[in-house]
Amino acid sequence: MVAEIGFGALFITLIFAVYGVGAAIYGERSRNKAWIQSAQQAMKLVFPILTISIGSLLYLLASGHFEVVYVANVTSRSMPLYLKMTALWGGQAGSLLFWSWLLAGFISAVTLRKWDRDQDLLPWVIVVNLVTLIFFLILNIFYENPFTRYWQDASGIITSFGQPPGALPIFPRDGAGLNPYLRHPGMIIHPPMQYLGFVGFIIPFSFAVASLITRRTDDRWIQLSRSWTLWAWLFLSLGLILGARWAYDVLGWGGYWGWDPVENSALMPWLTGTAYLHAVLIHEKRGMFKEWSMVLIVLTYLLVIFGTFITRSGLLSSVHSFAQSTIGPVFLGFIALTLLITAWLLNSRWKILRSPHVVQNLFSREALIIISVVLFLGLLVTVFWGVLFPMISELVTGQKVTVGPPFYERVAAPILGGLLILMVICPLAVWSYVSFRSLGKLLWKPFLVSLIGIILPLLGGLTRWPAVIAFWLVAFVLAVNAFEFARRIRKRRKKAGESFWSSLTRVFRRNQRSYAAMIIHVGVVLMALGIIGIEFFQSETQGTLAEGQSINLDSYTMTYEDLDIFITEDAREVARAVVSVNKDGELLGVINPRRDFYFESGQPVTIPGVRSTLLDDFYVILVDWKEVTADGATFKVYHNPLVKWLWIGAWVFILGVIVATWQPKKTAARIIKSG
Amino acid sequence: MPKNSKVFLGFMGLALLLISFFLPALAQGSGPTDDEVNAIARQLYCPVCENIPLDACGTVACEQWRGIIRDKLAEGWTEDQIKEYFVAQYGDRVLAEPPASGFNWLAYLIPILVFVGGLILLGLGFRKWKEEKPVRATSRQSKKGPPLPKADEEYLQRVEQELKERSRSQE
Repeated sequence: MVAEIGFGALFITLIFAVYGVGAAIYGERSRNKAWIQSAQQAMKLVFPILTISIGSLLYLLASGHFEVVYVANVTSRSMPLYLKMTALWGGQAGSLLFWSWLLAGFISAVTLRKWDRDQDLLPWVIVVNLVTLIFFLILNIFYENPFTRYWQDASGIITSFGQPPGALPIFPRDGAGLNPYLRHPGMIIHPPMQYLGFVGFIIPFSFAVASLITRRTDDRWIQLSRSWTLWAWLFLSLGLILGARWAYDVLGWGGYWGWDPVENSALMPWLTGTAYLHAVLIHEKRGMFKEWSMVLIVLTYLLVIFGTFITRSGLLSSVHSFAQSTIGPVFLGFIALTLLITAWLLNSRWKILRSPHVVQNLFSREALIIISVVLFLGLLVTVFWGVLFPMISELVTGQKVTVGPPFYERVAAPILGGLLILMVICPLAVWSYVSFRSLGKLLWKPFLVSLIGIILPLLGGLTRWPAVIAFWLVAFVLAVNAFEFARRIRKRRKKAGESFWSSLTRVFRRNQRSYAAMIIHVGVVLMALGIIGIEFFQSETQGTLAEGQSINLDSYTMTYEDLDIFITEDAREVARAVVSVNKDGELLGVINPRRDFYFESGQPVTIPGVRSTLLDDFYVILVDWKEVTADGATFKVYHNPLVKWLWIGAWVFILGVIVATWQPKKTAARIIKSG
Repeated sequence: MPKNSKVFLGFMGLALLLISFFLPALAQGSGPTDDEVNAIARQLYCPVCENIPLDACGTVACEQWRGIIRDKLAEGWTEDQIKEYFVAQYGDRVLAEPPASGFNWLAYLIPILVFVGGLILLGLGFRKWKEEKPVRATSRQSKKGPPLPKADEEYLQRVEQELKERSRSQE
């Protein structure tokens, strides 16, 4: 019964969405506002109706209705309630429904804003958003129905939504349970963040397309969609960071990013989205490169759909591709159609988008930003090709190849370096024109300070020059930002004669966006510190120990003290080792690497024991392919210098994005007044 | 044959038997370490567990592969020989990157071509932008540079048109 309600709601949402598209187009063509308003009402309703569908599925999951295929695939009796609920996005059909539901939420929210001033954009915003929603609803209804049931007929067990003739319903006693890797807190929060980020970028895309169709050349669409874009970017960044953290905490290979095709498909829209956020700055401030911001947001949308396609079509098999299905061609068709329409739109509007302004100087802010956009796109091209090549190779030569980390790292490292250099100059550059001399004047002091970044590592005995340069760049960016911030406060104090603190807060409030950017860039630089640490200086060793024996790695010693084996309520056998960590002969503490064996799926998951400080992580894995007994266990030990800065930097980065997104009432009021 | 030498041969036989018994144990004692095996395993991917490097993979198949690496190392094979052995058995996909030959050249060539192409386009763009006279020159430029150009008509018209559009859209 509940399944029928859920499916019914799904179907009604589709009808509303199709009606909305029709009404919007008809209203726009016939210049009849009533139809457009009606479309708007339809768009407002998709979220509440789809919520009934999601609510039904959640009920089925929570109450263990294993006759529903999806419920049986992702839950089991032994799972705690919160995991049963979050299993909503633990499999193909559920996560697609969840995706549609989030999109519906965003779409409904868009209709709530005041549209009085932007009536011309409204119908097209409705059309683009609803068409995207319709696509996902169709996938859910015709290809990946989460409400399909088990039936039994003469031929055996079959799955279908409605009762096939001659078949009887069956009620399995238990389900298969959620993939153990997905039971980690990071994996519970990571997908919703990732989806929110993906879905969020559809809103600015709809505004961009509306602006293209109506031939508007102003930056109104950017203003209208700015907070949506920033929220989308925030969630996408959070999704990537949580995914990286999950990999570090659960996957047990001592790293955080494996250039896995699925990771890459989440990174690609982030790259174009980030490039877009940079390009719109020039668009807004100088009215230039309008065509760039258009192209970038279109690319972001296409890559969002492509990313979902890759993870959901089973086209690639990797750690992430838990689901395989037949929806590949449908996705490909939708991507091709979107590509054609947007390419035609861009081509026909290209001339009116071109700006009569010119870039006057290579060190002007617009030139530097455009270079950064090119660097982002350079990485994008590499990643995109790296993801695509194995498929192309398989198609052409019949032989599959692996495109692994070395391929990407060769490009990513110099691009990160290039971005760091830009971050040195960019805060000091101004729009339109900067002379080399004035730049030099601002640069020499931070440059002297940044030399610490060379001297300290050299004194510490570092001889690898790429690492030294990287450290120097990190120090340089930090110094430039610190000096620039101090300079602005000094200027303000001199002018207004205020105290240090009131100057600080005023300077900050006056130019919230530019300081948000500063915080974000400092976050990136701190993350770079972590990346340098692990990429250049990670060391590892592996050995089999009896109780009481030790392994040495760098200046650390780990000793295998004890082993507990116990069975938990949620059907796991946990083997937990007690390992003491010594550094230079001094006891630092005890860590517990463990291995959880899940009975239902017969799958082991290794959870490392980590001792983490600002300087380094000591990371121990109980190797899961060797037997673990009190007599002997195999440990893999990693020494990861500076990696904690990756997480600290990530949180600084997120803080910066929140500062950029968060608009105090005063600023909002000012924008409304001046807009 | 003297009796002595028979005894001697007997002893020799026994000794050989004993040595052959202990040889594997001896070899194991000085055999390849886990780290040596992992150093090679890290660069290989088994066809089943895609995208998981062999040193981090927990499946039985991958454990067997690591066992093969250990045996080959013990037999004195070099790293390259071992990698070639796996390529010959399972194809190029076991390597972390496609070998730069034949069709696989494209894997490396395309990103470079696209990027260089992009740079050339951008460079041409920059040159064109610089050749066009700046619309608004700053005082620094005017000290040395040519006299300030007048803002061109087309540009002013555009500004006005956009302003009009803007105010219309705000009504």
